[in-house]
Amino acid sequence: MKSYAYFPGCSMDSTAVTYKKSFEYIAEKIGLGLKEIPDWSCCGSTAAHTKNEMMALSLAARNIAIAEEKLPGLDIVTPCAACFSRLRYANWAARKDETIRKEIQSVIAMEYQAKPEILNFLDLFSEPEIREKITSGVKRSLKGMKVACYYGCLMSRPREVTGETDPENPMKMDEIISLTGAEPVVWDYKTECCGASHQVDAPEAARDLIDRIFRNAKANHADAIVTACPLCNMNLDMREAEINKNFGRKYNIPVFQFTELIAVAMGAGAAECGIHQHFFPAFDLINETLKQNREAEEKLPAAPLTEDPLKSGPVIIGKAGK
Amino acid sequence: MEKILNREEGRFLADRIAKEADVKLYECYQCGKCSAGCPMAGSFDLMPRQIVHLMHLGDMDSVMKSKSIWLCASCHTCVERCPHDIDIPTLMEKSRMEAQKRGICAVRNVKLFNDIFTETIRGFGKSQEVILEGAYNVTSGRLLQDMANVPAMLQKEIVRPELNSVKDRDHIRDIMNKCEKGGAVR
Repeated sequence: MKSYAYFPGCSMDSTAVTYKKSFEYIAEKIGLGLKEIPDWSCCGSTAAHTKNEMMALSLAARNIAIAEEKLPGLDIVTPCAACFSRLRYANWAARKDETIRKEIQSVIAMEYQAKPEILNFLDLFSEPEIREKITSGVKRSLKGMKVACYYGCLMSRPREVTGETDPENPMKMDEIISLTGAEPVVWDYKTECCGASHQVDAPEAARDLIDRIFRNAKANHADAIVTACPLCNMNLDMREAEINKNFGRKYNIPVFQFTELIAVAMGAGAAECGIHQHFFPAFDLINETLKQNREAEEKLPAAPLTEDPLKSGPVIIGKAGK
Repeated sequence: MEKILNREEGRFLADRIAKEADVKLYECYQCGKCSAGCPMAGSFDLMPRQIVHLMHLGDMDSVMKSKSIWLCASCHTCVERCPHDIDIPTLMEKSRMEAQKRGICAVRNVKLFNDIFTETIRGFGKSQEVILEGAYNVTSGRLLQDMANVPAMLQKEIVRPELNSVKDRDHIRDIMNKCEKGGAVR
C-alpha cells in the first residue's frame, strides 16, 4: 500500500481524542503506511495569518520542508481542516510565485521546493485502494442511521487552494460514509462555517452559527452530524447541550468524526473508537442502530447491551462479525 | 472618534491593499451576494459589500474602525459566490493588519485570542489548547467561560495535563522573529 507522510496537527494530541483513536484503529486494520513528519510544529493556524502573512506561510512550510528532506517523494496527509488549509496555502503561494518560495526558504533557513501534495483525510479515504480495504473490512452495518455530512469551510474553500471541484456541495464524505451503511441526507449547511475560534473570542456573535447548523440538520431528519475536523467536531459536540439550554432547543443529534463510524462498522468497540468520550451522548444511537440491524439480520433478539458506557466503563458495543 | 486617515491617505492605503489582494475594487457592482451568504453578517457593523464600497471610496478610516474586519471568520463563502471573484477575506485581513499597526481594534477579545495563540506557538512550537483557553479567560476577564466543560474533559480524558512541545523550539522562534522584523505584512 502507498505510504504517506503524516502531519497530525496539535489537536490530534489533545481534544481530538476520538478522531485519533478511531483513525488508529482503522489504520491498523487496513495496514495504512503513515510516517509521521519528524519534529513537526504548529501550522500557524488562524492566529498567524491574522497577524503576519510571511509568518503564516513559513510556519506551515517548515513542516513541508522537513517532509521533503526526511520523507522524500511522499505526499502529506493531515486530519485537520485548518492544517490542511495552511499547508496548502504555503505550497500554493510558493508554486505561484518564485520570489515567495525563496523568501520562505530564507526565513526557515531550509530547502523548500513545495513539491509534496497535501491531502486531508477525506482525500485519503477516497483513494480507491483504501476504499476497497474498508469495503471488505466492514463487518456490521449502520443502515437506517441518517447522517448529515458536515465539511465546514477550510476543506472546500477557497477552491484554488483546496482543489475542491464543487465547494458548495462536496461529496467525498457522503461517499465514504455510505460504505458503513449509514445514509447521508441532503442538507443545506454542509459547508457553512462553524465559527472556528470565534466560538471562544466572540461567542455572542458565533453561537448562532452552531444553532443554525443543528437546526438545518434536524429539519432534514438527520440522526447525527458527521465531521472531518477536530475543531468543527468540538465546536458542535461540546456546545450542543449549551445551545439546547440557552436557545431553548431540543436537539438530540450526536456529532461523530467520520472515522468513528467507519471504525464501528469495521468492528471497533466503544473504547477503541472513543464513542464514550463525546460531550453529547452518542452511544445510544450507535447501539440502537446496530441492534436493529442485527435483529433484522438474525431475526433473533439481541443480547442485552449496556446502556450508559460512562457508568459502567467502556464496553464493546454489539457483536463484531455476522 | 478622531479621524486616523484623511480621504487622500485612505485612498492610497485602500489602493495598496486592493493591489496586494489582487482585487479591482471598481468591479464590485454591489449585488450583495457576499453579504447575504456571510455567516457572521448578523454581528457585522459594516456588511461585506459595504467594506468593498468604502474601500473603493477611499474611506479606510471607517473600514479600520469597524468590528466586521475582526469578526470575519475567513470562511471564504463571500468570494466563492462573488460573480467577480473579489477576494473580500483578504481585504478584511489586510485591513485588520493595518488597523493593528495603527493601534485600532474594535473587537478587543479577537485580537487578544490571536495574540495569546501566537505566543503559545512561539513558546512551545505547538498549540496548547489548555494554556490558550486558560490564559484567554484570565486576560479577557471571562474567567468562567467554557469552564463548565472542564469536568467532562477530564473525566472522559479528552484533555491531558502534559504539554506538547517541539524539540527544536529555537527554530520556531527564529522563524517568527524574522517575519516580525521584516515588517508586519510581507
